[in-house]
Amino acid sequence: MTTLNELEPTARVIKQRRMSPLKWVRTLGWKHVVGIAVSLYALFPILYILSTSLTKAGSVSSGVLFSDFFFGNYTALFDPAKQHDRPFTQWVINTVVIASINSLASVFISALAAYAFSRMRFVGRRGGLMTLILIQMFPSILGLVAIYGILSEITKYFPPLGLGSLGGLIMIYLGGSLGGGTYLMYGFFNTVPKELDEAAKIDGATHTQIYFKIILRLVAPILAVQALLSFIGTVSDYILPSVVFNKPEQYTLALGLQFFIDQPYSQNWAMFCAGAVITATPVVALFMFLQRFITSGLTGGAVKG
Amino acid sequence: MAEQQTPEQKARAKARAKLSRKLEGGVPSLRGTLIKIAFLALADAGALFASMLLIAQHQWLYFSVLLGATLLINWVYLRKGNLPAKYLAPGVVLLICFQISIVFFSGFIAFTNYGALHNGSKEDAITSIKLSASVTDTNAPFLYVSPVEDSQKKVAFLATDTTDANNPVIYLGGADWNTLAWHQLTAAELATVKMGPSPADGTEIALSIQGFKTLSMDQVIARQAELSSLKVPLGTNVDKAGFMALDPSATGVQRTFYDAIYNAKSDTFTRQSDGKVFYADESIGFFDAKKGDQKSERISDTGWRVNIGMGNFNRIFGDKSLQKPLLGIFSWTLVFALTSVVSTFVVGLALAFLFNDDRIRGKKIYRSIMILPYAFPAFLSAYVWKGMFNTDAGFINTSILNLHKGHMIPWLTDPTWAKFAILLCNLWLGFPYMFLITTGALQAIPSELTESAMIDGATNWQQFRLIKLPLLLISLAPLLISSFAFNFNNFTVIYLITGGGPSGDPSLRVDAGGTDILISFVYKIAFSTGVGADYGLASAFSVLIFFIVGGISFFSFRRTQFLEDLA
Repeated sequence: MTTLNELEPTARVIKQRRMSPLKWVRTLGWKHVVGIAVSLYALFPILYILSTSLTKAGSVSSGVLFSDFFFGNYTALFDPAKQHDRPFTQWVINTVVIASINSLASVFISALAAYAFSRMRFVGRRGGLMTLILIQMFPSILGLVAIYGILSEITKYFPPLGLGSLGGLIMIYLGGSLGGGTYLMYGFFNTVPKELDEAAKIDGATHTQIYFKIILRLVAPILAVQALLSFIGTVSDYILPSVVFNKPEQYTLALGLQFFIDQPYSQNWAMFCAGAVITATPVVALFMFLQRFITSGLTGGAVKG
Repeated sequence: MAEQQTPEQKARAKARAKLSRKLEGGVPSLRGTLIKIAFLALADAGALFASMLLIAQHQWLYFSVLLGATLLINWVYLRKGNLPAKYLAPGVVLLICFQISIVFFSGFIAFTNYGALHNGSKEDAITSIKLSASVTDTNAPFLYVSPVEDSQKKVAFLATDTTDANNPVIYLGGADWNTLAWHQLTAAELATVKMGPSPADGTEIALSIQGFKTLSMDQVIARQAELSSLKVPLGTNVDKAGFMALDPSATGVQRTFYDAIYNAKSDTFTRQSDGKVFYADESIGFFDAKKGDQKSERISDTGWRVNIGMGNFNRIFGDKSLQKPLLGIFSWTLVFALTSVVSTFVVGLALAFLFNDDRIRGKKIYRSIMILPYAFPAFLSAYVWKGMFNTDAGFINTSILNLHKGHMIPWLTDPTWAKFAILLCNLWLGFPYMFLITTGALQAIPSELTESAMIDGATNWQQFRLIKLPLLLISLAPLLISSFAFNFNNFTVIYLITGGGPSGDPSLRVDAGGTDILISFVYKIAFSTGVGADYGLASAFSVLIFFIVGGISFFSFRRTQFLEDLA
């Protein structure tokens, strides 16, 4: 915003140290005020969950966050005696399995498609891309009835991909994520110079070698982003699992957690929040770990640097 | 440069291009080919397994589709060249099977009356209507029963007619006329019968017979559903002869007739109790007293799925009672989507500008905290916001605003406050995404541009308004349009926080709540409990939503020249 941006780092440090307190408040101090305020807004609901999960009573009744540190809700979730009524441990396993398979497979097929759209010229390419962009605007919630209908038809003839099967759910996810994934990756693939493939081709590399050994390594950030978004999307989805699964031991966390709050007379917010923390922790951790890729990944397609 | 090439260079370039075209890069390695064949074999094995299942069930249509698809995929991967198909095949197969098919099937359902009342085929409806009502023949004798099961665990009735107490008559029969027809016991069978007192009232009845195991009291209770649905036919034509059915106390059986008898020839149902005839009405999918008259009496509310053409769309656009709530919902959907995009973008943009400054200490920490709402699974956040917005016990009213009883803000129960609450929550959910993408786009603006503007004496505000903002808008427009499309169908936020509520005018036939957006309204239509579920109408709405969102996005994309860039 000022010339400081363009100064050498060392010069910047010197300049910063020389700043008078009044100037600091005017240029930077108020930004810290805004930053703290926004951070509180962003953090508050999350702290609220964390705090509720640590209460014995089930709600932050005293009105003060973290007035209680009770870990019983967490241990109760995994209590073997209660797994029969609500198999929480099984839900964790189901969620991890479904989300991992889905995220890996969706990256695999989307990257293949994005490569073809980015590097090859063929009949129907433009139309294909347009169809993908259009199709990804048809969210699965609009097609719930059709999804149920198609899956129950499949159940009659090929149960491994039908209702109540892990395979069926993953297939629906994959079909739905292809459009968005390809759209996201396509732009990023375009930023990798074509000269690289051509040079490799002249050196005698096959197209699979170019794809797996050169291109995929260069677009790793977007692969990570797509894997992460797909993982978060699967963990957060409670609608499709509720259509596909009907036995509690098949549930994912998103579906199972509602068990704690959907029964009007035995709501247990503390257990719900403890489950929420367990659900969210790995997702948030992954997100933070991959943070530096995410900005470039999300904008890489749209922004031409 | 091209004009200055020597003939020799040109020839070499040409030869090289030809060679690379021919080899498509290089010669496939043995390892690569083996991996390819292994994957293909796996896929084929799966297809083979599925096709065996299909053949076993005589599903020739599905089988031929599967066979065709498998052959096509093998052909794509085994032939030389045609790379795009090789890279696109996995995705395209999934897309066709599990996405495009869903879109088309939704479109198909939109033209039917599919719903809770019209759930299946006509055959299913006929069977279900027939089974739904039966009349006990009060003139027939009441027989004491001992439920028994054969060696295959199939239940049957061993019944004793005690009309003449000195001379009881004993019968036996199962559900299948061909294997165990209802009959009076022969002398040989009678010899194996053990008599005893009935558990109900001590009358002397037949308790067991050779070849069958009598069910204990516990077993009777455990298999209650199976027993009460058991209908033992009294003749080959069960419609005429009637059947034996268990009485609710499970102590006896009595002759029963189906109330509704179907006549396949005339395609009608005749109600036995009053002799009324009901005709199959193919235009609305019900058996009713007068064909084509929607209001005439139906024999049952169980109908079947029929094509009703534009019926659902006519209802959406023509039904007076739907017009007003629908208009309200539609405008709120637009307001919600637009406000969500604008508010999150403005906040995200402001933060991106503030924190795109290397001098700020702890910039990374701020950034990590600010993107937390984006990383946190949205459905959990929605639940938590709902809890915090609770009028009497919610954290916002009681602790943050520190309001007292009687002055509480009705966050989720007043339509206006509920809309505000939803927007506030959606701002929380959405601003980190905007912050991330604006930061990315901002860093991509070449610094020469701002430098030269500064030299020309532009103020910070001018730099922002005249240079950075227009550039940002150009590069971010496609993402903003996608965000609009996403929020237009942002079901999670609405459904989990307010469920579309507070409920609207109860006099309307539809539940149009104060914060319902189109998609949550459609969900209610499709999955409302009871008789209300109307999948056809819901699908018609889905199709319309798809066209609205698709249309808005398409035209906006066209304005951004995004589509031209695709080529």
